[in-house]
Amino acid sequence: MTKAAIEGTVDLSRQVYDQMVAHARSDFPYEVCGMVAGTGGRFDRHYEIPNAERSMTFYKMDGKAHLKAITEIEDNDWEFGIYHSHTHTEAFPSVTDVELAVYPEAVYLIVSLQDPEPVIRAFDIRDGRITERVLTVDGEQAPAGNR
Amino acid sequence: MAIEVRIPTVLREHTLGEKKVTGQGATLRELVADLESRYPGIGPRLVGEDGQLHRFINVYVDDEDVRYLGGVETPLRDGAEVSILPAVAGGAF
Repeated sequence: MTKAAIEGTVDLSRQVYDQMVAHARSDFPYEVCGMVAGTGGRFDRHYEIPNAERSMTFYKMDGKAHLKAITEIEDNDWEFGIYHSHTHTEAFPSVTDVELAVYPEAVYLIVSLQDPEPVIRAFDIRDGRITERVLTVDGEQAPAGNR
Repeated sequence: MAIEVRIPTVLREHTLGEKKVTGQGATLRELVADLESRYPGIGPRLVGEDGQLHRFINVYVDDEDVRYLGGVETPLRDGAEVSILPAVAGGAF
């Protein structure tokens, strides 16, 4: 499993965690994507955003759905995360993910379905550098595989 | 022709940190030129040497994607709301 330096934490509500996993499974083996939002390092809002590419190896958020979500998020000054699924690879940012990471303020979350038990991991991607956050769900550490 | 423009975080280095700025222009191309005159460096982040929007930059006029309107020639009404949003994309490899 690929590692990055651990810096910081992020918390998901149980509902958001379950919604992300359910969303990822709903269009398997295609990649799905979406956003989460909240305050104080905790995300308790979930936005499903259609994958305009509907691909097994690529995602591109539907522009209008992304606009609607981010406008609401910015108008409320919420923190936000951007998530997508990897259906056949681990929950770690790919070269493409890093190249196309243009929201330095976002937490990037990846849901991996490569193993029977889903894994979500959380990252910051800034200027091509990846750091990982310890992910908790309602304050309890979430399964992240072997680190 | 006052047009409100929402600026994404990655481009706020050009707008002194402002989230929203006001611009002028009868078309998107004129608006980009106006923004570039006051916020140097922002223009090339939006439009390439071919004069078209960069592939991963989305621009919306009153919530409509300009790619389905007239691209950089999309006409702007007075009071239009323009949002600039880098596309969110990635992949497995």
